[in-house]
Order: sequence, then C-alpha cells, then structure tokens
Amino acid sequence: MLQVKNVTMRFGGLLAISDASLDVRQGSITGLIGPNGAGKTTLFAVIAGFLRPTQGQIALFDKDITGEEPHRRAASGIARTFQIVQPFAGLNVQENITVGAYLRHTKPADAVEKAREVARQVGLEKDLDKSASSLTVAGRKRLELARALATEPKILLLDEVLAGLNPSEIRDIIPVIRSIRDSGVTILMIEHVMQAVMNLCEHVYVLAQGKMIAEGTPAAVCNDQAVIEAYLGKGSAERLARQSQGENHA
Amino acid sequence: MMRGYFWIIVITLLIAATPLLTSSNTFFNFTVVVLIIALAAQGWNLLGGIGGQTSFGHAMFFGIGAYTASMLQTHLGVNAWIALIAAIAAGSLAGLIVGFLSFRAGLRGSYFALVTLAFAELLRVLANASEWTGGASGLLLKLEPSLANMQFSSRPTFMLLALAFVFISLVITQHIVNSRFGAHLVAVRENEDAAKALGVDVLTVKLKAISLSGAMTAAAGVLYVQYFLYIDAAIAFGIWISIEALLAPMVGGRGRVLGPLIGAFTLHGLGEITKSFAGRVPGIDLMVFAVVLIIVIAFASAGILGLLKKLSDRFAAKGGA
Amino acid sequence: MFSPIIIIEAMINGLLTGAIYALVALGLTLVYGVLHIINFAHGATLAAAMFAVWGLNAGFGIDPYVAIVIVTPVFFALGYGLQRFVIGPAAHGDDGNILLITLGLSILIENALLASFGSDTRSIPSDFAFSVVEAGPFLLSSAKLVGAVGSLVVAILFWLLMTRTDTGKAIRAVAREKLGARLVGINVGHVYAVTFGLGCAALGVAACLLMPTFYVNPRIGGAFVNIAFTVVVLGGMGSVPGAVAGGLIIGVVESVSGLLLGESLGQIGIFIIFILVLLLRPTGLFGARV
Repeated sequence: MLQVKNVTMRFGGLLAISDASLDVRQGSITGLIGPNGAGKTTLFAVIAGFLRPTQGQIALFDKDITGEEPHRRAASGIARTFQIVQPFAGLNVQENITVGAYLRHTKPADAVEKAREVARQVGLEKDLDKSASSLTVAGRKRLELARALATEPKILLLDEVLAGLNPSEIRDIIPVIRSIRDSGVTILMIEHVMQAVMNLCEHVYVLAQGKMIAEGTPAAVCNDQAVIEAYLGKGSAERLARQSQGENHA
Repeated sequence: MMRGYFWIIVITLLIAATPLLTSSNTFFNFTVVVLIIALAAQGWNLLGGIGGQTSFGHAMFFGIGAYTASMLQTHLGVNAWIALIAAIAAGSLAGLIVGFLSFRAGLRGSYFALVTLAFAELLRVLANASEWTGGASGLLLKLEPSLANMQFSSRPTFMLLALAFVFISLVITQHIVNSRFGAHLVAVRENEDAAKALGVDVLTVKLKAISLSGAMTAAAGVLYVQYFLYIDAAIAFGIWISIEALLAPMVGGRGRVLGPLIGAFTLHGLGEITKSFAGRVPGIDLMVFAVVLIIVIAFASAGILGLLKKLSDRFAAKGGA
Repeated sequence: MFSPIIIIEAMINGLLTGAIYALVALGLTLVYGVLHIINFAHGATLAAAMFAVWGLNAGFGIDPYVAIVIVTPVFFALGYGLQRFVIGPAAHGDDGNILLITLGLSILIENALLASFGSDTRSIPSDFAFSVVEAGPFLLSSAKLVGAVGSLVVAILFWLLMTRTDTGKAIRAVAREKLGARLVGINVGHVYAVTFGLGCAALGVAACLLMPTFYVNPRIGGAFVNIAFTVVVLGGMGSVPGAVAGGLIIGVVESVSGLLLGESLGQIGIFIIFILVLLLRPTGLFGARV
C-alpha cells in the first residue's frame, strides 16, 4: 500500500539517503532497522511529508503523494510518531489525543469520545486528566502512539516507540502494537530493540549509510552477511559464523 | 454545553448593572477605556495567547479599525455602523495579509513579534504623513450624538455599547476554545511539528487566527474613535496600544477567555490607585504595569486566572481527600 | 532634482551616522548571538545612557568624550546585574518570556526617565557641535566624524575582545554550545551576564559619542531601537561584521531617503527594508553566529 520509490535525500553536500526503496504490504507490520545515523528517521520524515526528497517518489495506494504537505498526508491516512516524543506539554492527555481525533471528527463531543476510546486501547485511560508533561517516559510513548492512532490512520509510522523503555514496559507495549495491526492499521516501524522486531515484524528492511542493503523476514535478515557487517564492522560476519549458532545479536 | 459561558455571563451582568449603583462619570470613563482595551486585548489573546504567536504590533489593527471608521465617516459620510463593519473587515483583511506574508515566510517567536511591530510602525509613519488621515493633526469626528451615529451623550450608554462588544468577543473566543479550530490553534502553539503530523493545516489555522484577531482589535479601534471622536497616528498606531493589548492577557492569564478583561481591569485599577498616591508623576502607571508584567512572568506565568485555578485545584484536592 | 554633490554629501553623512548605528546595534547583535534573545530594552537603555551623559555634563561639567570612562563601566555593571539578577532568573529559560521581560524593562526605564526628567528634549550646548571639517567640496561635522571614528574603533576592540581573549573565547563557546561549555567548567550564567554587560557598555560609548550632536528625551530609545533592529536583521542576527555593514547601509538609506522624501517619510525606507529582510531573508546578509 505504501511505496517508497528510489528516494534520495541530500542536505547540501551530505547524502542522507541514497536511492532507497521499500514497499509496505497492507495489513503487515514492517520493520525498518539499521545502525545509528543510517537515515531511518530521515526516511520517515520524507514519507510523512516533513522533508521533500531530492529525488524519488512516495506513493500511497498507488497514488503519488510526493508533493503533498504533511497535514494532507495525515488526512490521506499516514500517521507518524516522533523518535523524540513531541507532546503538547501544556495540555492534558485527553486534550493531546483529541487534537488527533479532530482529524476525522469535527464535533467536539465525537472527538473526545474517540480520544477516550484510543486511550483505552493503548492503556492511558487512567491518565486522561494528567498533564502530558507529568507522564513517565513509557507514558509519553503511549501518548505519542495514542495521538497518532486517534487520526484513524491507514498506515502508522512508529519511530522507536520502544527506545528508552525497560524490558517489562516493552513486554507490556508489544501486545498493544499487535492489537493495533489486528484492528486493521498497517504498521511501519523503526526499531532498535531486536527482540521486538523478531517478535512483531513479518518483513524487515535494513538501511545502512543511506542505502537499503537487505530485506526479508527478520530471521533471514539477521543472518545476512551484509547486515551483520553493517552493524558490527567488516569481517565480523565471518567471525560470528565461527561462533555458536542461535546468536541473534545484531 | 455551558462550559465556560457561566462566568462570561456573570461578569457581563455585573458590569452592566453598575449604572444602577453609581452615576460617576469618572467611573464610566475608566470602564469604557478598560473595555476598549479588553476588546483589543482579546484580539491579541486569540492569536498570541491561544495561538502562541506573540505580536508586538496589534496597534496596526487598532489603527486600521479606527482610521477606516473615521475616514469613511468624515470623507464619505458613511453611516457609523456601516463604517464599523467596513473597519472590522479591514482589520480582518490586514490580518490575512500580514499573516500570509509572515507565516508563509516561516516567521515565529521573536521574529514574528518584530515584523508585526515593524508593520505597525510603518503604518504610523504613513498615517502621520498622508493627507487622507489628516496627517499629524489627525481626524476629528463631528459631535452628533445619536444611535445612528454610534455616539451617545450619556456615558453609561456608551459603556453598555462597549460591554456588548466585549461580550460578543468573549462568546466568540469561548466558542473557539471549545471547538476543533481552538484545539488546532492550541496544538500549533504547543508544537507545530506534532500538529502537522496530526493533520493540522498549520498555515491555515494561523491565518484564521490572525484574521479574527485583526477583526476584534479593529473593532476596539472603532469604539475608541466613536468615544473620543478624535484619532491621530500616535494614538491609532502607537506602541502604547500594542503594549496594552499584550499586557492585559499576560496579566489576566494568556490563552484564557476572560484573561484580557480581568487583566485590563486589574492593570488599570492598579494604575488609577498608583496615580491617586503618586499624584502627577508622569508615566507612573506605566511603570507599575511594567513591574506587574515582570512579576507575572517571573512568578505566575499563567496570570491571575492561572493562580486562581491553581488555588481552586488545591482546594478541591483537599476537599476531596 | 538634487546635484550629485548634495547626494554624495548626504551619503557621507549617512555613513557617519551609520557608524554610530552600528555601535548601537553591536550590543543588540552580540546579545542575540550569545543568549539568542532579542533585548527589547536596548533602546531604553541607550536613552538612559544618554541622560547619564547629559547629567554628567549639566551637573558636573564633564565633557561627553571624557564621560566615556565613567559611563561605559557603569553601564557594563548595570547590564551585568540586569541579566544576572532580573532577566535570567525571571525568564525560566523561555525565549518568549525574555522578550516580554525586556519589553517590561523598556517600559520601566522609559517611564522612569520620564518621571525623573520630564518629557523635555535636552542637549549639550557646545561650540564643537557646529565645527566642521572641509574635505574637498564637502563640509563634514567634526563631532560626527569623531563619533564615526570612535564607533569603528570600538567595533574593532569588540572584535579583538571576541577573538583574542579568554573572555571572548568563553562567550563564543557558550554561544555555540551552551551545554558543552557548561561541561568544560564555564559559568554560563556569568558569561551571559558579561555579554549583556558588554552590550550595555557599547551603548554607554554610543551615548557619549552621540550626545555632542544629538539630543535626548525619554522617548528617544524608540527611534533607535527600530533602527538597531533593522541593522541587526539586515546584517544577520548575531553577526558583528554584519552589524557594522548593516549600520552603514541603514545610515546611508536613511540619510538619502530623508533627502529625497523629506524627514517624516524618510523613515519608511527603514521599515520597508526591515520587513523585506525579515520576510525574504531572515538570516540577513551575513547570517552567522558571533
């Protein structure tokens, strides 16, 4: 449903993304992984319309949306979360989520109802009256998720929603993400927590130094020589192969 | 459904009842000025308080309103009420133009404040030089009290007129705060990128806000000429009204519907008290305003209404426990 | 309409005035470059400094040029204290708040001057104000010449201070990377206050150089603050060379448009430049940090 076609993004002399393509199948959870500085967040910004690519196209349901503003893309069904959470700090949780809900509901009462429903879905129903700035890290991540969900997207771009969470918080939020997919929302997620990627994603793309170097099932990608080298440096694939199996460290 | 309207009605009725209690012209003069400032400040509050786009040049809308109304009446003999509508439209249009230029150029924060100031100053220089605006000697409206001319020989009557304007502005603002547009405006204030990601058309929201803001402040300019029957460039486009329009919501509570009205009453009340103590020291009331502004920012950035809310929350928490 | 001689003379006069505008703008741009704030009280502070120069002359007969050694350190201390004890603590680190606090300070200073000195316009009577230097076909005011040269000297001293001294290095470090500077042990609050103090000190010098040819009243700051903002925006917020170039350009524009359009409309050129630069090229001509 979402296609990134040969996108190149250049900032002055810096080549952030070079000829990257990806294809997200409807109803899937697709992963986008890669070492730090690979250009993943930049690619998200291009998909969501915050950056105009130097070259290439973005298509949603086979419709070219490369020239559309971010708010138009949100209306077409693309929602994103931010790697560094961006709550409306002066507002409470319900008000935060309601802003998202207003995309499809013009009446205040309907929007608030939608916001409450989404809050239940992500487990924020107890915090509705809390100020967004008073939430814990995990709470803010959930809020980021809730706001995006409230726009009733067709595809949700999750930028490291698990980063900064402890293992038990990660364990709590993984079913939430899966339930979102089960409710019919396609998901494209940037993630560093490999346990979650293995657990959730059906298909994974690997971006390294701005180039798409591999794609496939999580297991296949983790054993890909190019991927291991991108993460751990040249020659490491060989060394790892000599070591014991079952090491999914990437 | 009554969310927020209760206090608007109570306060309006309280002010409307004052002619039953006093006949002091000093009081009515004071209240008319405060109401005019509250109206101008409500315009500022919509854009600067709720929308977070701090303007240092709301004098431009005030002056455009005042000059449009007086020029139409003196040069073309247009009826005062029609001139009022034209003035409001002119303020709204000016807002759109300034907003389109500056928001499209991506000006925010201090830069936006500076560019609004520059527009106001530019208009002041032009109004001071042009013949149409009466140049440095300004424009005088002919004294002809009648409802059709929007002039009243009785001060309480004019106060009620000004109050009606303020009441309408309060209801409009409250309606906006409760609406989708209001939520979008607040979202833009809090975080533009997050707002965009949630489908908010940031530019359109800002343009709507500045155009409504310009309309309200222009209406205040009209009230000013209808009351004082005189306008010149230093009054209409002077920095004083830009500052008044900003101070009142800051002190009363920026972004809150009743903030401008409460702030304007508090500031001018304090100003009058100081003047009664300090006698004829020039500028003493403005010094008090400035000190109050600094204290509010340092210790109570949510203003008087913010403080009251904090107190009532604490009280409610104690009562509930 | 005008002979070239008159226009060239207007331009030279503009350059001379522009040098002083540059000095006034220097403090503003420095404070912006380091603290990333717009000091709205800049004009009012200049008015205060001009009153100080006038008072020293009227009360103690001190020559404005001699007053430099008194007014400059006093205004440095004043600026230091203002940032350290008022603006810094009250703003809670929010840029919008700083803008509003400096607006409050500007109202406060302006009206304190009004309360103390009344609204009369005052100047320092001296014969020097009328002495001229003949340069080819042009007659140039000696006092303006001294002012321009003095301004440029101060601008060079500023530049040396910023590039050659430890204080300057600390200021630049804070301007570039506040957190990093704090980590290597620079006292950021102190550096902010020093920067603010330097900005006010520059105003002290400017006041001394202005007073022989200019007048002062409590509202004079407003006129200068508009010009200073335009200079800073034109030169690029935070750029010292930009402030000098911007000052000279604005001086010439003002002088020539004043000649062609008359006193009252002459200011329009400045506002239009200001608005256009902000809308079209907000980084200014030399958009760079300190």
